[in-house]
Amino acid sequence: MHDPTHDLMDDGARLAAADRSARVRHADRAARFVADAGQTDWHDAVLWRIRGKRDAAAGRVEGWERLRALASEIKEHTLSRLDEYLAAFEEAATANGAQVHWAADADAHNRIVRDLLRARGVRRVVKSKSMLTEECGLNPYLEARGFKVVDTDLGERIVQLREEPPSHLVAPAIHVRKEEIAALFHEKLGTPADADDPRLLAAAMREDLRARFLAADAAITGVNFAVASTGALVLVTNEGNADLGAHLAPAHIACMGIEKLIPKPEHLGVFLRLLARSATGQPLSVYTSYFRRPAPGRELHVVLVDNGRSRRLAQPDFRAALKCIRCGACLNTCPVYRRSGGHSYGATPSGPIGAILAPGMDMKRYASLPFASSLCGSCSDVCPVKIDIHAQLHRWRQVAAREGYVSWPKRWGMRVAGWIVRSPRRYRLAGRLVRGWLRHAPRRLRYGPWNAWGRQRELPRAPDRSFGEWYAAERGKK
Amino acid sequence: MSRKRRHNALGRAERSAQNGSRAREAILEAVRRAGAPFAPLPSIVGATDMGTGEALTARFMASAQAASATVRIVEAGGVEAAVREAFPGAASVASASPAWGFEQADPAAEASALARLDVLVCPGAFGVAENGAVWLAESGMGSRVAPFLAQHLVLALDHSAIVPDMHAACDRLETFGEGYGAFVAGPSKTADIEQTLVIGAHGPRSLTVLLT
Ligand code: SF4
Repeated sequence: MHDPTHDLMDDGARLAAADRSARVRHADRAARFVADAGQTDWHDAVLWRIRGKRDAAAGRVEGWERLRALASEIKEHTLSRLDEYLAAFEEAATANGAQVHWAADADAHNRIVRDLLRARGVRRVVKSKSMLTEECGLNPYLEARGFKVVDTDLGERIVQLREEPPSHLVAPAIHVRKEEIAALFHEKLGTPADADDPRLLAAAMREDLRARFLAADAAITGVNFAVASTGALVLVTNEGNADLGAHLAPAHIACMGIEKLIPKPEHLGVFLRLLARSATGQPLSVYTSYFRRPAPGRELHVVLVDNGRSRRLAQPDFRAALKCIRCGACLNTCPVYRRSGGHSYGATPSGPIGAILAPGMDMKRYASLPFASSLCGSCSDVCPVKIDIHAQLHRWRQVAAREGYVSWPKRWGMRVAGWIVRSPRRYRLAGRLVRGWLRHAPRRLRYGPWNAWGRQRELPRAPDRSFGEWYAAERGKK
Repeated sequence: MSRKRRHNALGRAERSAQNGSRAREAILEAVRRAGAPFAPLPSIVGATDMGTGEALTARFMASAQAASATVRIVEAGGVEAAVREAFPGAASVASASPAWGFEQADPAAEASALARLDVLVCPGAFGVAENGAVWLAESGMGSRVAPFLAQHLVLALDHSAIVPDMHAACDRLETFGEGYGAFVAGPSKTADIEQTLVIGAHGPRSLTVLLT
């Protein structure tokens, strides 16, 4: 392992910071994604199919809406007494033999994990899916310090080998086609060059990762739910990778945001009924593991991370986002996400939930995300914990405008539009002018560079007269 | 790692523990100050009525099969025969339960040995009708990792130990006294390659539930 003083020169973090200061322009990134129409259609259809499975699964549960309301209320209650639940959880977990650590921000979280690993002479780390460690940039941080970090969820492993972030909360490699995975595995795992059967590819990864599980010195996992009354951690996977890692390695480090708490096991039942159905349409994921005490001779560490959550809790307009259970349903249903891909958001998580979380972390960088929405509200309709996602998107737009993150054509356009619609006379006159212009101006002008909407679409034919004019004329006839 | 390094690292860990208690206070204080208005904790209603006996068993079987598990009804005392019939070629079959005549699973077994185990047979504590999951307590596993490392997993479940839904199932966790347990619903699987379902991701390649 290299010299610890090197940590003072935090080059990994500096690089990451430089990258982070760049603004994410969702529309530009989306334009790159949709340039491949075949890929866009495929992505759209695959996600819509998952949405369909979610609908079918929800439909089979009697009282689904009541369940959503319960989940929302339980989260609201827990958030309203979060300090007490955190203290209770810490006490119970400590009594169980786990060690609880507190991290105010991403940096503190990364340092705690690094120190735990160093103190145990760890070199090889296996990880299961954790959006929190993604949020904190833990992988690059540890890799820059000589640790070998291997993601073990198949989708996570694919994006790790491709050196890119996950594009979806639940299906991290949903943007990758199997031919690309075949080429990747051929290069990295030595599978036959043209073998793109998913079964064969998954089997090759199973073999490769089994050896890594067996050789790991520590396992890092996320946490789906933490039960305050019993001090237990609940982890949900389909592959069994979180359990393999956590049970095989001498030390298990579980990293969680402070919003993951629920009061008691009975509340777990509500969330487990909702989570997998909302995520993939399964009635339950394959493995729902309940970690109460470390196994004899093993260590269990829990890192409780704030990283902006207490700040969000203080914002009445935005605190409901803390109820999120990371099911991904809002991504699958979102017409913008489906047709622009997760990487267009430049944030983890992506999609509608990412678009209301990211601006709270860094407005300058993520000001464009709340605009990546049609405000249709489908996200709020499917959200199992009833977060008012579309309303928050709208409120973030207002914040962005107030803080000057909206381009001047849009700002002035809105101002002029506001001035016009404030007066019925101006409104009627503008309507007449625009209708006339749409009907008679040459196409070249109508589809000029200012008309982003018309780039892929035909404008509808403008009617001869407005509804008001038609109504007045019809009434005059009688 | 040299001894000096390790010493330094441990010293750092202690220092960070002190920082940690400051962080703890700061976080709790920030949460308190956030002033989220009190919201009452709702009581949980909506437990599903799925009937009892036959109807519950039938629902469990359908759910487990939908989760790609094989479900078979066996006579009490027929577990060994059913396992041998289902896995005629298995070189190694083990169980943590002395109830059956299988090789005793060794809690201290090397992981690499467990990974070669063909079939592990575990007693399930109870099943859940709405999703086909079986609750497996640590004491029935042999070791925590065994049900994840074995190539095939068999769970024996008393048909009278089926609860309707996750509300009833999680109520049982209130008094669960062991260190670890898991709901298992089907064999391990993944859909991470183009959403194509592949059975046998990292864990067992098949799951068989024997209802006694
Ligand atoms: S916001 Fe709601 S729908 Fe979206 S991931 Fe979170 S819980 Fe799921």
